[in-house]
Formats: sequence, C-alpha cells, structure tokens
Amino acid sequence: MTSRAEYCVVACADAWRGNGEVLASPMGTVPALGARLAKRTFSPDLLLTDGEAMLVDADGRPEGWLPYRQHLTMVTGGRRHVMMGAGQLDRFGNQNISCIGDWERPARQLLGVRGAPVNTLNNPTSYWVPKHSPRVFVEKVDMVCGVGYDRAAAAGPSATRYHRIPRVVSNLGVFDFATPDHRMRLVSLHPGVTVGEVRDATGFALALPDEVAYTREPTGEELRLIREVLDPRGLRDREVPA
Amino acid sequence: MTPEDVVARLRSGMTLGIGGWGSRRKPMALVRALLRSDVTDLTVVSYGGPDVGLLAAAGKIRKLVTAFVTLDSIPLEPHFRTARQAGAFRLMEIDEAMFMWGLHAAANRLPFLPVRAGLGSDVMRVNPELRTVTSPYEDGETFTAMPALRMDAALVHVNRADRLGNGQYLGPDPYFDDLFCEAADTAYVSCERLVDAGGFEGAPPQTLLVKRHAVTGVVETPRGAHFTSCVPDYDRDEAFLKLYATTPWPEFAERFLRGDEKSYQQAVRTWHEEMR
Repeated sequence: MTSRAEYCVVACADAWRGNGEVLASPMGTVPALGARLAKRTFSPDLLLTDGEAMLVDADGRPEGWLPYRQHLTMVTGGRRHVMMGAGQLDRFGNQNISCIGDWERPARQLLGVRGAPVNTLNNPTSYWVPKHSPRVFVEKVDMVCGVGYDRAAAAGPSATRYHRIPRVVSNLGVFDFATPDHRMRLVSLHPGVTVGEVRDATGFALALPDEVAYTREPTGEELRLIREVLDPRGLRDREVPA
Repeated sequence: MTPEDVVARLRSGMTLGIGGWGSRRKPMALVRALLRSDVTDLTVVSYGGPDVGLLAAAGKIRKLVTAFVTLDSIPLEPHFRTARQAGAFRLMEIDEAMFMWGLHAAANRLPFLPVRAGLGSDVMRVNPELRTVTSPYEDGETFTAMPALRMDAALVHVNRADRLGNGQYLGPDPYFDDLFCEAADTAYVSCERLVDAGGFEGAPPQTLLVKRHAVTGVVETPRGAHFTSCVPDYDRDEAFLKLYATTPWPEFAERFLRGDEKSYQQAVRTWHEEMR
C-alpha cells in the first residue's frame, strides 16, 4: 500500500520530469527525495547538490563545484528548477517566507525573502506545502517574496520573461496555474483525499476540473527506490504523517 | 592583532559587513568582542546567522541589511525574531542575488548594478528608495538598479591567513568574503591559524581567496567561528547551537559572554563536558 508521503514524493519527482540538464533544487525532505527519485529514473540528466557546494551524482559522489556565487548564476541563467517552501501562498502563486503580519512590525518573523524574488523571475519555481491549510493557502500573502502570475504581469515584460510556476504539491494534491487568468487549479488529488477536504483547507476558491484526477501510483521500482535506497529510515513520514 | 584591537578600530554608527553565510564560517570571535564593547548603533550587512542574532539580542543594531537570518539546522533565528517583532531596528530586506550585486557594485566602485530580481515582489514596496534602470540597448528591458553596499568595515573568518592579510579558505565555499573585504573601506580577517611567510607554498591557488591589499588587520582566533561551521577545521556545533537557540538571552550571555574569547572557549568546553 502506497503511503501519502510516497504519493507526495512521486508528485514532487514529476515536477522535474523532462527538465533535462538543469539543477534540481529541492527544499524539504519530500522534495529532496523526489528530485533524487527523478534523477534515478526518468530524468537522469538532472544536476543535484549535496546541500553545500558540491554537485553530486545519483550515488552522492562529487561531479562538480557549485558555491553560492555560481549557484546564483545558475538561477539567473535559468538552468535550474527550484521547489521552495511557502509560509503563505495565494491563488496566483505569490509566496511569502518573510514574515506574518505587517512588515513594519511583524507578528511573526520568518526567514526573510531569501532568493524567492530572483528565483521566480529567472528559473522555474515550484512549491511544496507539507501541511495544506487555510493559513498557508491564503487570499493575500502578507509579503510577496516569490512573485506570482498577477504581480509578474503588473511588473512588466522583464518580470514575466522567464517567470513560470510549474506546480504546487501539498500533502493533499497537486496544483498548477494552467487557467486562462493563471488562477491556481487542482490537477490531482492524492488517493484518499476528497475535493471537499481540499476546498476546506484552502483559503481561496480553487479552479476545479470537471472530472477529478488522482495522483499517479508509483511504479514498483519507484517504491523500491524510495523505501530501500533513498529513504530507508522513513524521514518522509515525519514530514507527511500517514 | 587581537579581537579587542579590531573592535577598538570600530565606531558607533558604522556600516559593518559580516562575511560567511547563515551558520557557516561567521567571524564569531570578532562579533563576541564587539558584544563586549561600547560600539553600538550599527548598520549590519550580512547573509545573516547567529552573528545577527547575537548583535540584535545585545541591542547593537540600528539597521540591518539582509536577505535572511537563519541558523540553518534551526531555520528561524530566535533572537533576530524577537528583536524584529519588537521593532528594535530598521530593516533593508533584499533578495540574495540583489545583495550579491550590491557587494559587486561596491567592490567595483559602481553606484549600482542591474539585476532581474525584486521586480513584482514586495522588496520594492518595503524599500521605496530602490530604483529601476532601463537597458540602453535594443532589448529595452527594465531591471532593479541594486545600489552599492559600501561598508566602513568588514569582518570575515577564514581557515588560514598570513600576517599581511592574505586569507585562505579550505572548505567547500568561499561565500562572499573576498567581496566583503573589497566592498569595505577597512577589513579585518580572523583565522583559525596564522601561517608564516611562505606558508602558502604548494597551496591550491584558488584557495587563496582574500588578498592583502583589501585587508587592514589579521587576528588569529582558533575556533573563532564557533558555533558556526569552519570546515574542514570543524563542523557546526549542533548541540551548542541548540542550546543558544533555546536558552533565554540573559542566561546565555551570563554563562558564555561575560569574559574574553578565551573564557568563552573554556565555558563551551566545560558545557560540553557537563553534557557527556
């Protein structure tokens, strides 16, 4: 039986499908497993780091050097697909990891904008939300760090030129922005999740398909890799409890 | 020089750059010396880690220029959060790449450099002084004009240095320490170990990151980046980092920060022995 965390790993892995020779930058346990799974199966050309400054192959052996200054060039050169986290995310894909409340005097200070502004304008940026709730999926984010479709359009052609948010993966399902006005849309539910559950956990009206699809099953080989090779200690279940 | 000698050259109100990244290779011995001094009212420019947390907890920051403050293994820096939520200092919150181009601009004596970042985000809202620039070429694109992050002084920590100020890093990442030194009017390098003249013979050339023309003074401070990492000399002290993050500030300061650097290092050793 496939666990919820395993559906999430596969849904994250699929974000990097067909990406070719680009750096996969996962933030979080499940996205990291997804990136490594994609590299070992359908996207062998992906580049991965060891979390510090080394590029490593599928077995973790060094194959290159990527200090922060070169990592930032990978971003602005567009040869990267990052999957970031989000403290808040709105219907157009604006993301906040800076602070909750008024920026001048925040109720809760978070990380800061980090690289979200440069990421979103330069390389494909997907998001991972391990706990889908109306506190994360909000009507309006308090501080736009990662730029969404509406804000990119308003900022002009330099902002939209390389802007793309391929997908959002949460513990409940997969979402994208492939609607006429780039509002977030439900792509698939993880098996066991209902549309009502997602609707209740989302603070804005999601675009819903006529017929609801389900996140695909992992192949037997993918499950074996996840369980025996990539995550034998089961860290994925800590991020997404069964 | 000693850490105290360095701090004696700093003045209240200065703009101070701090090298490293998050909880990696921070010039913590120099920051600790700063905590013991009267110097205050600082504008701190840093890819922030516990350096920012300590200075914020001690009330020494008037303005912070950063893209983030984190302890990495503990994502949110508790003292930075507390100070920020109390409105204790002004903030220039910019993106990681904008920050880097600000350093490049300062090091190259340029007023700004164009960068495709910030546009569309609230970085432009919370920094109303930021301007855009339009390409004079056919593309006609508009970019953020990231102003130079020029500093009065920079503090960085490296693995090895000579007495003239040539600094060598032995870990995986130079971070932006060379740029910090070049972007500042004065720069002070602390190191794990001073090497004698000729001591860099046979060193991989690219490890010689910091050049003496950009350095004002050098300090030998073994374990001077503690509790951040300074690989390969030592890793981040995860147990101590956790203690730092979970101990009320007055209690932490009382136990570890009352004396000089030597007594700090002794207090850390004692704590580790107690924990065995």
